[in-house]
Amino acid sequence: MVNLIEVRNVSKDFDGANGHHFRVLSDIQLTVQEGEIVALLGPSGSGKSTLLRIIAGLVSPTNGEVYYRDRLFSGANPGVSMVFQSFALFPWLTVLENVELGLRYAPLTRAAKRDKAIEVIDMIGLDGFEGAYPKELSGGMRQRVGLGRALVMAPDILLMDEPFSALDVLTAENLKRDLLELWQMGKIPTKAMVLVTHGIEEAVYMADRAIVLSRDPARVSHNLSIPLAHWRDRKSEPFTRLVDELYSIMTQQKEVRAILQEPAQATRKITTIPNVTAGAVTGFIELIDDLGGKVDLYKIGETLLLDLEDLLPIVETARIFGFGTVTSGDFELTGIGKRLADATVLERKTIVRDQALKCVPLMERILWVLESKRNGQMPREFFLEILQNSLGKDEAEEQLDSIISWGRYTELFAYDEDSKLIYSEEAETRETRAE
Amino acid sequence: MYRWLMQIRLKQKIGWPDLVVVVLIAGTLYAVLDLGKGMVEPFSVQAASTISLDPKYLPYYAGRSLLRMFIAYLLSLAFTLAYGRFAAYHKTAEKVMIPALDILQSVPVLGFLSITVTGFLALFPHTMLGAEFASIFAIFTSQAWNMTFSFYHSLTVLPNDLKEAAKINRLRTWAQFSKLEVPFSMIGLVWNSMMSFGGAWFFLAASESITVLHNHIQLPGIGSYMAEAIAQGNIPAQMYGILTMVIVIVAVDQLAWRPLVAWSQKFKLDQNDEKDAPTSWFLQLLRRSEWVQQAFGALANAIVAMFPMRTKPLPQVAAANDLKRRKQVWRWIWILIWALVMLFALRYLWAAFNDIAKLGLMQILFAVKMGFYTFLRVSVATVLGALWTVPIGVAIGLNARLSRIAQPLVQVFSSFPFNLFFGLIAMIYTAFHINFNWGAIPLMMLGTQWYILFNVIAGAMAIPSSLKEASLILRLTLVQRWKTLILPAIFPYLVTGLITASGGAWNASIVAEIINWKQKTLTANGLGSYIATATTNGNWAEISLGIAVMSIFVILINRLLWRPMYRLAENKFHLE
Repeated sequence: MVNLIEVRNVSKDFDGANGHHFRVLSDIQLTVQEGEIVALLGPSGSGKSTLLRIIAGLVSPTNGEVYYRDRLFSGANPGVSMVFQSFALFPWLTVLENVELGLRYAPLTRAAKRDKAIEVIDMIGLDGFEGAYPKELSGGMRQRVGLGRALVMAPDILLMDEPFSALDVLTAENLKRDLLELWQMGKIPTKAMVLVTHGIEEAVYMADRAIVLSRDPARVSHNLSIPLAHWRDRKSEPFTRLVDELYSIMTQQKEVRAILQEPAQATRKITTIPNVTAGAVTGFIELIDDLGGKVDLYKIGETLLLDLEDLLPIVETARIFGFGTVTSGDFELTGIGKRLADATVLERKTIVRDQALKCVPLMERILWVLESKRNGQMPREFFLEILQNSLGKDEAEEQLDSIISWGRYTELFAYDEDSKLIYSEEAETRETRAE
Repeated sequence: MYRWLMQIRLKQKIGWPDLVVVVLIAGTLYAVLDLGKGMVEPFSVQAASTISLDPKYLPYYAGRSLLRMFIAYLLSLAFTLAYGRFAAYHKTAEKVMIPALDILQSVPVLGFLSITVTGFLALFPHTMLGAEFASIFAIFTSQAWNMTFSFYHSLTVLPNDLKEAAKINRLRTWAQFSKLEVPFSMIGLVWNSMMSFGGAWFFLAASESITVLHNHIQLPGIGSYMAEAIAQGNIPAQMYGILTMVIVIVAVDQLAWRPLVAWSQKFKLDQNDEKDAPTSWFLQLLRRSEWVQQAFGALANAIVAMFPMRTKPLPQVAAANDLKRRKQVWRWIWILIWALVMLFALRYLWAAFNDIAKLGLMQILFAVKMGFYTFLRVSVATVLGALWTVPIGVAIGLNARLSRIAQPLVQVFSSFPFNLFFGLIAMIYTAFHINFNWGAIPLMMLGTQWYILFNVIAGAMAIPSSLKEASLILRLTLVQRWKTLILPAIFPYLVTGLITASGGAWNASIVAEIINWKQKTLTANGLGSYIATATTNGNWAEISLGIAVMSIFVILINRLLWRPMYRLAENKFHLE
């Protein structure tokens, strides 16, 4: 076995506000060996894509090294090519020209390059579309061009950043099968593939190994081997068992984080609320109540046609507010959750408000700051700066937007976009009364 | 397979489009040759001042003007690509280069004309080349800045995935430039080129015929023809001149810009929405002509063959130390270059400061007072322009059919150099004894109001039909409709139009506040006439003072009025 890629002690910091750094990847170790497909899994924002870009040499790590065949490299990794979620095709170049781009500096004559590009185009099933522009193609065909452009370089390792997530279900399935066929039959010189995905089923279907990342900062929390032979039967017992196992790993990230986090690095003093609307959470609670108060998250994801990526934030929010608990892939309503499901629209607000004050310390702190001010208002930047001490700039903005949205729903405080002021409605009425 | 391309090559026929194109191209080539010869004729005041008003010379004059315009445009384009790219990729340089561009954009170009003319005349003492260069330079300065901004902006918003794809495909600098950066910027670049080129006619007309140090310089061209016609009071000649100008502008628009705009649509990143794509009959004609296709193909192949692709293997792992040392050396070289540039700039700034200081406080205050007069005039011209263009523009923009006809028309209007009309207007003013202090306002409006109209039409066209339908369902009254829908929706466009119009009006003041009609001179009190008079007298100190005051006025207005307005427009009234 040859180590094609070895990632040693890689960490990555991004710059936050006021000279703060925040860590997205911490002490990552992983190897990719010849002949395997590796899936990188993790909650959204966990830094899967950043890790993939570090392997590709597009982003340089803050600490640690990446080795290709036991050697360091500078700039783009000489042994890899990449397929992008957004396809990243050059819209002003034809299919042929896009594919040829991968051969630009290959030591070949112009004619040989063209032949090779056409050969690859035939192989990925775009025969006849050489002269077409990307805009004339469907999404699936566009991703085929992206794949062709990557394969024409004859890379040792093919990196794929959520390559199927911008496609509809059937198209994605079709492309996965074709790619696996090329891989299985040895039609491509590629020796290993790394696939970033948020689809657990996709990972179990494609990969030989799943690496699960935790969040804030990301570490390798699990390294799960998928010892099934291709082609895999999605209905088979070993398949569903692996899917269930990964589901329960992913939904218990919280505990994983708590165990892994050393106190010195615990910069995150605040519980963040995922960017989810109140409507989505109450809708989810109602649904769970209708289904008997306890569900398997994998199953509900499937019935709702929701990716884990979309479902997890809702589950997480419901958990933070104390409406439910998560144990080994199951979600169960608490007493408060049940009350919420049965309540009227107005009662719901009261319940959510009480829970927000009890379970989300940030809410309480904002309210406290507003109440202690005589005019009951405070500029947005004030809170933003506090958040930026422990979150990145963009994330802090997002978090504040999320908090404001919950503040508005619960009527704990309000926000005026024009003046960018957060204010307590109570304090305002108090003041007008005083006048 | 690749067969379909081959098949097209097989069925070649000569069609009438081929003939038209051959005639056009051959004619153009010869014209460039012939006109180019005239440029190096020996300079003498005598030769420089003979402009014949015989209309048979007009095609020649128009050709000379056009040549100047295109040379200046190519220079602007080269400047744009170099400056824009450098600014976008060198973080330190960017901090200086972008604000510098912003200021250059605010400075009244025409004020500099006298300086550049004398400078270039000194460089080429015995030919007309100096004056030619000065004129080309004036046109260049009116085009380059916003083209550069457009390119720079495009580079800063290059989509990350495309950049990564280029990197993973290991494209080197040139490939990245030609396959990614220029194509991505193409739409903005072409659009801005068209607008800049249109705006530059005004500067062409103003820069061909100028008086420096009582020395009257006239370059053969349509601007000089008009100036001469105005000076002689020859009304038919003025009519001929205006007619020629209209023909030239329409021809350039139809044969150069429209095809380019239509062609550039293929660089659209957004891959849907083909419905309202601009079209061009000329481009269709070119695309249908087999000969042209072949000629372009051969040309492209020849160019490609000239640059053999480097098949040098990709650099292996470079020693980190070596890289670091090289970086250090470059850093010092840059610091040195910047230091030299700064020293140079400071030296001349000091000289200018000394010159102005010699004039004394009273003179400076006088210039500032003149600045206020011009400021008032510009404000009135802009507001009046907005008052009539907003209702008309909205009416046009809300009517789909009307706007399709009117929009290109207004665009041609906006590129027409209205300083050509000044002679005729001066005649009317003298006949009716109109106070020129007020009379200069319509002259400014003549050139600048079209920008407002153009933008308002575009704004009204962009109102989503769902909002229009909603306002009908809600039975909004006319006033409510304007208050809640139309004005907020066109606001960002209106602001853009007003910014362009007011900037244009400041520049126009230099030619609009003082007109010579036969032997009479009409003068309005203002900074424009102050600079123009100083130029005629060759009073360098006063010219510097005038330009400095005007630049400060323009920059202050931009910072204090337009920028906040623009931000408001972007944040609050931006329709997604």
